[in-house]
Amino acid sequence: MGCCETSSAGDITDITPEQWAKADEIIARYKGQRGVLIPCLHEIQQVVGYLPLEVQERVAAGLDIPVADVYSVITFYALFTTKPKGKHKVGVCLGTACYVRGGEKILDKVEHALGIKAGDTTPDRLFSIQVMRCIGACGLGPVMTVDDDIYARIKPERVPEVLKKYS
Amino acid sequence: MGEVTLTIDGRQVTVPAGTSVLEAATQAGVKIPTLCYLEEINEIGSCRLCVVEIEGARTLAASCVTPAAQGMVVHTNTKQVREARRAVLELIISNHPFECLTCVRSGSCELQALAESLGIREIRFEGAKSHHSVDESTPSIVRDPDKCILCRRCVAVCEQVQGVSAINVSGRGFNSVVGPAGELPLNDVACTLCGQCVLVCPTGALSEVDSTREVWKALADPKKHVVVQTAPAIRVALGEEFGMEPGSIVTGQLVAGLRALGFDRVFDTNFTADLTILEEGNELLQRLQTGGTLPMITSCSPGWIKFIEHFYPDMLGNLSTCKSPQQMFGAIAKTYYAEKAGIDPADMYVVSIMPCTAKKFECERPEMRSSGYKDVDAVLTTRELARMLREAGIDPSTLEADNYDAPLGIGTGAAVIFGATGGVMEAALRTVYEVVMQKELPSLDLREVRGFEGIKEAQVVLGDTTVRVAVAHTLANARKLLERVRSGEASYHFIEIMACPGGCIGGGGQPIGTNTERRLQRIEATYQADRELPLRKSHENPEVKQLYDEFLGEPLGHKSHELLHTHYTARGISSKH
Repeated sequence: MGCCETSSAGDITDITPEQWAKADEIIARYKGQRGVLIPCLHEIQQVVGYLPLEVQERVAAGLDIPVADVYSVITFYALFTTKPKGKHKVGVCLGTACYVRGGEKILDKVEHALGIKAGDTTPDRLFSIQVMRCIGACGLGPVMTVDDDIYARIKPERVPEVLKKYS
Repeated sequence: MGEVTLTIDGRQVTVPAGTSVLEAATQAGVKIPTLCYLEEINEIGSCRLCVVEIEGARTLAASCVTPAAQGMVVHTNTKQVREARRAVLELIISNHPFECLTCVRSGSCELQALAESLGIREIRFEGAKSHHSVDESTPSIVRDPDKCILCRRCVAVCEQVQGVSAINVSGRGFNSVVGPAGELPLNDVACTLCGQCVLVCPTGALSEVDSTREVWKALADPKKHVVVQTAPAIRVALGEEFGMEPGSIVTGQLVAGLRALGFDRVFDTNFTADLTILEEGNELLQRLQTGGTLPMITSCSPGWIKFIEHFYPDMLGNLSTCKSPQQMFGAIAKTYYAEKAGIDPADMYVVSIMPCTAKKFECERPEMRSSGYKDVDAVLTTRELARMLREAGIDPSTLEADNYDAPLGIGTGAAVIFGATGGVMEAALRTVYEVVMQKELPSLDLREVRGFEGIKEAQVVLGDTTVRVAVAHTLANARKLLERVRSGEASYHFIEIMACPGGCIGGGGQPIGTNTERRLQRIEATYQADRELPLRKSHENPEVKQLYDEFLGEPLGHKSHELLHTHYTARGISSKH
């Protein structure tokens, strides 16, 4: 397999040429500097939404860092994700207060309703689930969020109808 | 920097400031157990086995990363230290599979040895265990992450010694795992398969792909004519596997051991090392005379070849087109020797004993079939050969020395030194000088290209040309040298590069326990073996002369091109995903 064709924008279906161009701009801005991997990845994730291997290789080549090291950093920090996020981001708080008020049952229900596990995205890319560690709304626990909407004192049986609103 | 004096277990020791407590203890004759520590390469205080008590300190300190200080009072054997060590080791073992009886590293495992020396008889901790699949994607190296203790030695060697960084730690905490980016199989990333990671792995998490089963099978097959070749670096290393002093020269016992295993013919890769010199020496002269691509770079080391194919594909034209001695041997065995001995090459099975894991990859390369068959059928590392000998109850150290068979069994001193960094260069210059100048080099010992320095340079006056040569060992040094060449900062006519530290004597297939000290002892032995041989120049090898007379014609001739030369593949560094 050739060296450049695989990471060209051509065979990536869900990263647009515009996103690639922005990513390249970001990489170019950081090129030649030391200690810039994390801010660079952070900016690119804001543009692309996630950091798949193709993007990691582009960053590695641009910043002259081995891709194994880029992957090491990405998998170390919870901030970074290698999986695309869904159109709607479902968050379930498992901070201490929400946890003791049954946050885990909410998560179980969301996972069951969407057929995916926390951290994953539905095949149709409509929903993704992420676990949150306290969003500062402890008095409202258990808390579930969808995008910017907050559902306070949510009960497991209400989860399906909440999700339905976004389907 | 000054010196500091400290007390370790009641012994006073004075060391240069900056020395770690661990090193100071070693100097004082106090042994502290270690696991992740690898001198100068991995000193990160990760495993915590080397903790010690320092008077006045709040907690125990990892001695490998704690600098010795003036007046420091250290205790390595208190109740607190022993309990902490034991707890640390038990925690590591609690996430380790209990497969010791069937593990390739049983008997040479550092974790096993520590458990034994610390008297671990039970594991108090029970909990989740990591489960990852075994990576058998490459023809050279097997990764079994469940046996990994996350010491990071392999990561450090791959990055610092080889400059490759094919692997790193991903994930965090309990989910940490060492491997390539994206958790891809090793075969899908830019790994050179040099095997230096295998040499430093304390457990069985990294090992060579085992070829002993298929070799046993061939040996047991009465229809197969099984021939074996031995690389130059085996004769100065195999003894270590059988308790002999590092640097013991065991050439004759090696031959005897192989014969006892049942090989039909025992030949020497040194024969084709000499052949390589004739082809490569003439290739160099041709390039010098006809304005060919310079510098010409040696092509014997398959780890180095894979490295340049991945990282410097634009410089493939600089590589000598000569196959490595291993592959030249296979091609000659299944043509010239088959014809001479009246054996159908289809019934011939060629085994190589190599100090190298990348050789297993090399023999699988699709272009290595110029005899019309797979030129080399199986490669065994020094370690695998030792395992076969042990299985058969053969201890080479007790055997009477035997001689290689004809007609592929004579090698000169020039071939022996292929095993040490600088050796191929020295061997080539011994021959090239004489071909051009019609007289012997003033001294056959080219000291400038010998030794452990990372990059060495020399000049040799050949008539009206001053030939500038350079020698590099380890891939990190190769990278440095190539960058200098590419930028025009340095210019050479001829470069030798070996992937492994010290050259093949320090290869990734050599005995576990290989370190700088042992490498130096093997290098010493290599030059001693050279001095002791009656013939020290490749072009004086009578069997090689006979091969040209009877079969090949002349160096770089038509038949040579067909059988002894090859081409390379630009691979790039992008993963296959």
